Amino acid sequence: MALKTGASFVRINALRHAVRLMSTNTRPEAVQNGVKIAEFPGVKAPYVTEIKFLNENSYDPIPIYRVLDNNGEVIDNKEEPNIDKDNLVHMYKTMVQLNQMDKILYESQRQGRISFYMTNYGEEGIHIGTAAALSPKDLVFTQYREVGMFLYRGVTVTELINQCYGNHEDPGKGRQMPVHYGNERLNLVTISSPLATQMPQAVGAAYALKRTPDNDRCVVCFFGDGAASEGDAHAAFNFAATLECPVILFCRNNGYAISTPTNEQYRGDGIGARGPALGLHTLRVDGTDTLAVYSAVRRARHLAVGSNKPVLIEAMCYRVGHHSTSDDSSAYRPVEEIQKWTKEESPLQKFKLYLEQKGLWDADADKSWQKEARDTVLRTMQEAEKKKRPNWREMLEDVYHDMPPRIHKQMQEMEQHLKKYSEHYPLDQYES
Amino acid sequence: MASLVTKKSVLFAKFVKNASNNSKRLSSHFIYFPDNEKPVQGETTKMNMMQAINNAMDITLKNDPTAVLFGEDVGFGGVFRCALGLQEKYGKDRVFNTPLCEQGIAGFGIGLATAGATAIAEIQFADYIFPAFDQLVNEAAKARYRSGGMFPCGALTVRAPSGAVGHGGLYHSQSPEAFFAHAPGLRVVVPRGPIAAKGLLLSCIRERDPCIFLEPKILYRSATEEVPVEDYTLPLGKAQVLREGDAATLIGWGTQVHVLLEVAQMAEEKLGIKCDVIDLQSILPWDEETVCNSVKKTGRCLISHEAPLTSGFGAELAATIQDECFLHLEAPISRVTGWDAPFPHVFEPFYLPDKWRCFHALSQLINY
Repeated sequence: MALKTGASFVRINALRHAVRLMSTNTRPEAVQNGVKIAEFPGVKAPYVTEIKFLNENSYDPIPIYRVLDNNGEVIDNKEEPNIDKDNLVHMYKTMVQLNQMDKILYESQRQGRISFYMTNYGEEGIHIGTAAALSPKDLVFTQYREVGMFLYRGVTVTELINQCYGNHEDPGKGRQMPVHYGNERLNLVTISSPLATQMPQAVGAAYALKRTPDNDRCVVCFFGDGAASEGDAHAAFNFAATLECPVILFCRNNGYAISTPTNEQYRGDGIGARGPALGLHTLRVDGTDTLAVYSAVRRARHLAVGSNKPVLIEAMCYRVGHHSTSDDSSAYRPVEEIQKWTKEESPLQKFKLYLEQKGLWDADADKSWQKEARDTVLRTMQEAEKKKRPNWREMLEDVYHDMPPRIHKQMQEMEQHLKKYSEHYPLDQYES
Repeated sequence: MASLVTKKSVLFAKFVKNASNNSKRLSSHFIYFPDNEKPVQGETTKMNMMQAINNAMDITLKNDPTAVLFGEDVGFGGVFRCALGLQEKYGKDRVFNTPLCEQGIAGFGIGLATAGATAIAEIQFADYIFPAFDQLVNEAAKARYRSGGMFPCGALTVRAPSGAVGHGGLYHSQSPEAFFAHAPGLRVVVPRGPIAAKGLLLSCIRERDPCIFLEPKILYRSATEEVPVEDYTLPLGKAQVLREGDAATLIGWGTQVHVLLEVAQMAEEKLGIKCDVIDLQSILPWDEETVCNSVKKTGRCLISHEAPLTSGFGAELAATIQDECFLHLEAPISRVTGWDAPFPHVFEPFYLPDKWRCFHALSQLINY
C-alpha cells in the first residue's frame, strides 16, 4: 500500500527514523533538511504548508496474492508451497466431503428434516488452506461459515450432523441452532450467532497464549465483510495491535452480508485497508486459491507465533450459495453473476486441476470419492435422525457450573407439570 | 498589598469552606456501619474498600500466575486507585491499560478466560458498561450453556464502580444490577464494605461462572474496617442478616444496606420496633431462602435500592416474596428506590431512597 507520491513518502519516512534516533530532547519539533517533524504525543509527522486531504484514491489498492491461475497452474514456481502429496489429497478430499455435506444438508432442511443450514460454496479453499497451514494446537474462533476447518481437523461428519439434528450425541446438547459447532479436543471454540463478538475474544485468547511459557500457538479468528462493520471488529484490530497478540484475524470478504453488497457495507479499499491504519501486518489474498491461502496463513502464523505480530488477512471470494436456508439470493443478485463465480472461480475446480497436473488425482478417483463422501453423509443422516434428543432436563443444566437453588426449584416445577400433562409434550422424542 | 492578599485568601478559604460543606452535604446521605464480625480469625489491618479490593487482587496475582488485570487507565492504578502499585509489583504484561473500548475489554476478558487465564477486567464506571452488554449477556453468560460445558468462561470477573457518589449525575451514578440480573449464567455481586468486598471479590475471581462485581464507589474511601490480612472468601448466592428483629424485613445491597441499618436504628428509637436487615450481596443468583424465611417471620417487607423503581431488582424480590410468603404478609411489600428518571445531578438528595423516605415507608408498613 504505497502512497502514490511514493518517493516523497520514503524520503519522509527515512527522515522520521533519523529524527527518532537523534532526538534526545523533548522539543515539540525537530528539523531535518528543512522539513519540520512534529513530535506530538499522538503522532510524529512532518509539518507541511499545503492543505491536502487524503481519500481512498490516495493509495494504490492492496494487491491480491495468488499462486494458481484459473486453470490450476502455478503462476510463479518459486511461490508453490511445499505440501506433501498425502496432505494435498487429504485437503482436496476434505473439500469434496464439505461440498457433499452442504448439498445434502441443504436439501434436508428443505425437506424439513433439520431446521436451518448454511452452505459454504465458493469458500472451501479458505477453510482448507487455512486449516492445513496451522498447527492443530492453534485455537480457532470461527464465525459460522467455516465448517471445512472442523472437517480438516478431524471432526467427523457424524459429529457435525448430530449437532445439526440436536440429538443426544450433540456435544452442545441440542441447545443451539444447526451449524453452531464446537470441539474442545480439537481447539475449535463453539460458534455463537452474534457477529464479530468472537473477534475481541480471539485477541484475548491470544494474549493468554502469549503469556504461556514457551508459547508455540496462535489464535485464528474468522469473520466476514459484514461483521467487520461491527464495533467488536474495530475493538479487536485495536486491541490486537496495542497489546501485541499472536492472532490472525481472517476476513472472508465474500461480497455479501445476507443481501447487502460490499458497496453498501463500506467505502475505501475493503477490509484490508484498515489493517495498516491500525498497526496490523496485512495481506490480501485470493480466497478461491487454496494454495495462496495456505501460504498466506503460514507466513502470518510465523509472524504471530514468532514475534507476537498480529496479522490481518483479507481473503477475496464470492458467496456462491444463499446466505442461509432462510434466504433466497436471487432476490438481490443476478443469476449470471453467481454462475460466473461457480464456473470460473471455483476453489474446488482450481485445486482439482492442480492435483491432476501433479498426477495426484484423476476423474475416476474423483467419481468414487464424490460417491463415498455423499454416501457417508446420507448414512450419517439416517443414523442421526434415529437418535433421540437429549433429556429435557438438559434445558436447565450448564447455565452455571453448579445449579443454583432457584433453577433447581424451576426444574422440580417442570417435572411436576410434566407428570400431570405429559401427553401434551413430545417426551417420546427425548432421552429419559 | 498585604491586606489584599489576606482578603483574597480569606475569600478563598470561605469558598473552600462552602465547597466542602456542599460536598459534605451531598455525599453523606448515609452513615457507614462497619462490620464488627470477622469472617476469619487472625491478623487484621485497617483498610478502606479501595484497599481491600486492591488486597484481593494482590493475593490473586501473587498466587495465580495466569491472572491478569486490565482496563482503561489500570496501568497507573485506575481512576479509583484500586490497582495501585500492582503493575510495579507484577509487571506490565499482567496489569495493563487497554484501549478505551468497553466491548473490547469484555470480549478480551472472555477470550482470556476461554484460553485458560484468570481475567479481571475493570470497567471504569458501571455507567459505561453498556457497550459491553452484548459481550456480557450474549457471550459470557451463555458460553458454558451453548457449548455443552466445553468452553465456559468462568474465570472472568468484571469489576465496575457503581452507585451514587454525591455529585456523579447521570453518567457516574448508575446501578445497573437489574439489567444483568436478567441474564442467566452471570453472577452479579455487590459488596457493602471492605471486609465483604475482599471476600466476595476473591470468590468471584475463583468462581467457575462469569461474575459482574459492582463496587459502590462512594465506599472506596469512606468505608473503613479492620480487614483480615489473610486470604478468605465469602459465599456467593448467599444473603447476610446483619440485624435481627420481628417487626419487618429490610432488604438492600451496597451502600443502601447502611441506609437501612440506620433506619432500623431509628425505628427502634422512635417506634420501639426491631427489624431484620438483610444484605442481599448476590443479586444473581439470589438467596431466596434467607429472604423468605425472614419475611415469613416478620410479615412485613421493605426493599430498597438506588436504581429506578420500574423493573428494578426489587420487583423480582417482591414478586417472589408474595408468591412464597403470601399468607404471612401483614402489609403490601414496600419498595423505596430511585425514581423513574435518569440519575440527576443537583437533585441527588431528592432522588436517592434516603433514610427519611425509607423511615416513612417503614412507618406506613408497620401501621398498615
